[in-house]
Amino acid sequence: MIRAGIIGTGNIGTDLLLKILKTNFITPVIFAGRRLDSDGMKIAIQKNVQITDKGIQYFIDNPNCCDVVYDCTSAADAKLHAKVFADQGIKVIDLTPAKIGPLCVPSINSRVILDCDNVNMITCGGQASMPMLNLISKYCDKLDYIEVVSQIASKSAGMATRINIDSYIHTTEMAIKQFTKCENCKVILNLNPAEPCVDMQTTMFLKFQNINFEDLVEEIYKKIKELKTYIPHYELVLPPVINDDILVLSIKVKGTGDYLPEYAGNLDIINCAAIEVTKNLF
Amino acid sequence: MSKIIITDSSLRDGNHAVKHTINLDQIKKYCQFADQAGIPILEVGHGNGLGASSLLIGLSPHTDEQILTAARENLKTSKLGIHIIPGIATVNKDIEPAINIGVDIFRIATHCTEATLSKSHIEYLKSKDKTVIGVLMMSALADTKTLVENAKIMEEYGAEAVVIMDSTGTYLPKDVYERIDSLKNNLKIDIGFHAHDNLGLATANSLTAVNYGAKYIDACIRGFGAGAGNAHLEMLIPVLEKSGYEVDIDFQKVIIEADKVMDYLVPSAPVSTPVNVLTGLNRLFSGFEKPIIKASKLFGIEYSSLIFELGNRKLVAGQEDLILEVAQKLKK
Repeated sequence: MIRAGIIGTGNIGTDLLLKILKTNFITPVIFAGRRLDSDGMKIAIQKNVQITDKGIQYFIDNPNCCDVVYDCTSAADAKLHAKVFADQGIKVIDLTPAKIGPLCVPSINSRVILDCDNVNMITCGGQASMPMLNLISKYCDKLDYIEVVSQIASKSAGMATRINIDSYIHTTEMAIKQFTKCENCKVILNLNPAEPCVDMQTTMFLKFQNINFEDLVEEIYKKIKELKTYIPHYELVLPPVINDDILVLSIKVKGTGDYLPEYAGNLDIINCAAIEVTKNLF
Repeated sequence: MSKIIITDSSLRDGNHAVKHTINLDQIKKYCQFADQAGIPILEVGHGNGLGASSLLIGLSPHTDEQILTAARENLKTSKLGIHIIPGIATVNKDIEPAINIGVDIFRIATHCTEATLSKSHIEYLKSKDKTVIGVLMMSALADTKTLVENAKIMEEYGAEAVVIMDSTGTYLPKDVYERIDSLKNNLKIDIGFHAHDNLGLATANSLTAVNYGAKYIDACIRGFGAGAGNAHLEMLIPVLEKSGYEVDIDFQKVIIEADKVMDYLVPSAPVSTPVNVLTGLNRLFSGFEKPIIKASKLFGIEYSSLIFELGNRKLVAGQEDLILEVAQKLKK
C-alpha cells in the first residue's frame, strides 16, 4: 500500500480522502489541516483517519510518515511546503495552481511522477480538455488556435478559486501550449449561479490544418472509454463536429458525489486524476 | 444642481448589435465626436470587454491593443473606459497592457451574485492607483438584498462606484427606485445604472435612478447596444437637463451626430421587438433572442411559449445550449 498524507482539509482535501478510502492501493496516514472543527476533520475522525491541526509542522515533526502527499492548500502555501517534502524525499501531487513541478495529465504523461518530486494537476478544465486536445493535435498537421470554455456551478467555486481565477486561466493555457504545441489559445471560465446547479461542462473550439477527421473521431471514442476508467462520469455531450472550418466538441463531467454534490464535477475530476497518477507509484 | 456623469457605451455595448465587428475607423470617428462633445467617459471594446474576442462570443477584427490605442489617440478630454469580466480577462494578459496604453476607467463586471470574482482584479487596479468601478450584470436576477450584499463586496475591495446593469431590460421605474434607494442607503460609494430598452423604459428608468441618487448613467447614441438597445444618449441628455441635472455635454453636437452615426456606425437603430419584450418580461439575457427564434422555428413551436418556459427555468447567460433542449421538450 502507498502511504499517503493529505494537507489541506477543505472541499478538495475531504473529497480526495473519501476517494482514497475507496481505493485498494492507497492508505491515508494523516489528514493535516489547521482547524479541528472543520467539516473535513469531522469526516476524517468518523473514518478513523489520523488527523492533525498542525498543518505542515506535522510533517516536519514526523519525517517520512508517508510516501506521497497531496497538497490541497493554496498555491502560496504549496510553494512553502514543497521544500519540506523534497528534503524528506516524499513525492508531492500538487492540486493547487502553484506549478512547482511538471504539469501532469494521467492519460498523457502520468509516468512523469516517477522522475520528479512534485507534479502539478493543472486545473479542472485542464484535466477535462487536455486528453482531447492532445489527441486532436496528433490527427492534424497543425493547430492554429484552441479555445477552451468551461462552465461550473457557482456553488462549486470557493473563495480560493475565485481569488485565483487568473491563475486558473494562465495554468490551463500553459498546459494547452505544452500538450498540443499550439501557441495561440484562450481559456474562459464561467461561473453559473443557475439553480438547480449546472454540471461542469467544457467546450473546445479548434482551428486546424489538414485533419484526419474520421480516424480522429474513432480515437476520441476510444479515449473516452479509457478516461471513464478513472473519471466515471466523463461524457461527450457534443460529439466532434466541423462547422465553418472550426472543430467543436463538448465534454460534461458529473462528480461521483463522494463529499461534494454531483454537480461539482470540476472538483471531482482533479481528484480522480490525482489518484490515477498515484498508481504509478504502486 | 447635482452633476451626472454619463458613460457612453456605444463603442462597447454597440458591439453586441454588430457581432463585435466595430472597426478602427469607426472608433476613431466616434472618439473624435465624443471628445469634442465633452462626453465624460467613453467605453470602448468588445461587447464582453477586454480579452473577449473569441469563437464562443464573437471575434473582433482588431486586437484589444489596436482598439484601445486608436481610442486613446483620439481622446483628449473624454476619459477612456473599458469593461472587464473576470474569467475572461486576466490582470497579466489584459489589464496590464491596458494600463500601459493609458486607459482611465476600469469597470470590473461580474454576474450580479458573483461579486467575489472581482477581488483580485479590483485590488490589483487599486494598488496601481487606477479608477475602478464595479459592475453587477443581469441585476434583475437578484433580489435587492442580494444586490446590496454584492455591491458592498465590491465596495470593500476598493471600487469607487458600483453600476448595476439591467441587462435583461426587465425593470419598471419602481424596481429601479427600490434598488438604487437601497444601494444609496447601504453604500458609501457612488451608484450607477445601465438600462436596456426592452419595455421602452430605458430613459424613464435612467431618470428614476438619478432621482434616487445614482451619479453614473450609461447611454448609447441611438440606443446602439445589445438586444432592444440601451438608453439613448440623445434622449437622456435633454431629459436629465430638463429635470434639473447638470450633464455638461454639448447636446447640439450629440443631436447632429445621432444622425451621422447612421452613415458610419449604426446599421439600424435598435428597437424592441416582440421577442425583446418577452425576454425582458421573463428576465432572460438579451443575447438569447437569436437562439430562441432559431429553436422555435426548428421545432415548429411558438417562441412565446418557449420564452415563458425558459423564464420559469431561470436560465442565465451561458446556457444557450439548453434552449434547444427545452424547445425539443415543448414540442412533445
